[in-house]
Amino acid sequence: MSTRSLRGRTAVVGLGETTYYKRGQSPDAEMKLALQAIVRACEDAGISPREIDGFASFSNDRNDPSQLAAALGCKELKFSNMQWGGGGGGGSAAIGNAAAAVATGIADCVVVFRALAQGQFGRFGQGATSSTISGNFAHTVPYGLMSPAQMFAMKVNRFMHDHGVKQEAFRAIALACYHHAQSNPRAVMYGRPLDEATYDASRWITEPFHLYDCCLENDGAAAMILVSAERARDFPHPPCYVLASVGGSHYRAGAPVHNVPDYATSTFKTVAPRLWQMAGLKPDDVDVLQSYENFTGGVLMSIVEHGFVTPEECNDFFQFDNLVAPDGDLPLNTSGGNLAECYMHGLGLNIEAVRQIRGTSTAQVPRAEVSMVISGPMVTPVSSSIFGAEATL
Amino acid sequence: MSKPYLNPGLPTPVATELDQPYWDGLRAGKLMLQRCRACQRFQWGPEWICHRCLSFDYDYVEVPASGRIYSHQRVWHPVHPALKTQGPYVIVLVELPQADNVRLVGNLLGDPQQPLVIGAEVEGVFEQHADAEPPFALLQWRLA
Repeated sequence: MSTRSLRGRTAVVGLGETTYYKRGQSPDAEMKLALQAIVRACEDAGISPREIDGFASFSNDRNDPSQLAAALGCKELKFSNMQWGGGGGGGSAAIGNAAAAVATGIADCVVVFRALAQGQFGRFGQGATSSTISGNFAHTVPYGLMSPAQMFAMKVNRFMHDHGVKQEAFRAIALACYHHAQSNPRAVMYGRPLDEATYDASRWITEPFHLYDCCLENDGAAAMILVSAERARDFPHPPCYVLASVGGSHYRAGAPVHNVPDYATSTFKTVAPRLWQMAGLKPDDVDVLQSYENFTGGVLMSIVEHGFVTPEECNDFFQFDNLVAPDGDLPLNTSGGNLAECYMHGLGLNIEAVRQIRGTSTAQVPRAEVSMVISGPMVTPVSSSIFGAEATL
Repeated sequence: MSKPYLNPGLPTPVATELDQPYWDGLRAGKLMLQRCRACQRFQWGPEWICHRCLSFDYDYVEVPASGRIYSHQRVWHPVHPALKTQGPYVIVLVELPQADNVRLVGNLLGDPQQPLVIGAEVEGVFEQHADAEPPFALLQWRLA
């Protein structure tokens, strides 16, 4: 193992979440939500917020670390980090950035956070409201291509065409997420189960995405605290070690106006091999997976590109029974995920991955020791990470 | 002039220094795309530098408005107020074999519920918005 690795050098010791609200329904301002989640993560870790000396976030979070540190009375700020890129692509990379800072001595106690209050700041899933448009968007928006669903649908359609993937594979993903949300009282869709007939009858957003293939939009905040592996056993909960975290994208993934050469991809083809290499693991070793659903098609492509299944096996692999805890081959999005728990740009998925290691999920996989997260398919950059229990070190 | 494919009221495209010849070309009924003067290869969307040979010296060259459908989507849910009464519409990603397979986004004219076939040959239709402020044109597609 190269010494240039994050494997086992840091651990998550604190988790914090606010109540999750439907979009626009938070009674609290976005910064207050961020502070609440961070304070709760500190309570969970049994530390004072004043001990936090680093902040890491992603997706252009609006809450500036200097202001958060001032508000929390942090003794000193040593690390103030933003993973570039929109959507949830940075959800795992922000954890990797925090882990890298701790592992290399840049900071000692870093909080990864994400806060969203769309009532305060406006929605994602709506189009441009300006009267004119310039630059790259001028080549798409006037043709009615402007929402995230529309930006990704053509990647998924091309993938389905190339590999014969059927709509039922996406349905299985949606059903698994909703199924897990029914045992999670925190989930926005708790008490609102989904069945095949309801999925099939639901309206199209844009083909191939039905309503239930699309993530929620929510208000809330989430936070997790990382410290060095050396200190990690001194906290109330069993440590959850970062075994690997990588991010990035393939050649010219950011080429403008849908011109990336390899188009029908979740962007993980070059990222996933680095993840397995750093973790020293393979897909068979993973006990439970949280895979970011902006749209179900991206989940399927992500799982393919991480090597769990070949494209041609998708129609057989993506079956409801195979994706649910506790007995499925690959229990997926065990909190309900972005489709049915909450859309916190995927930080909620990372928190759920840690819960699985702690043994505290509401859809617990027995003896989960290797818990993986895939963040932000189809955007660039994307990222993924693997957490492990003590026994995996 | 025939009716535009989509309802009026979407944002009006305004050219920049980088893509002015493209928009001027559409107004004149020509497809002008960016080509590197050094290596003579096309790229799209427009860039300040050639990603192949790193030359900053580019030109705009007329290209036949014909290609094939690389991917597609039929949109049902309107995300802009102008599209509330639109109903379903089709977006296509068209690759241009005569321009190094660069891809353009457009709409596929005709019945919005027509079958959509990857690989189908399409030809361009210049859709003039002469009354817009500022005036502009879009490049739409129909099955060849």
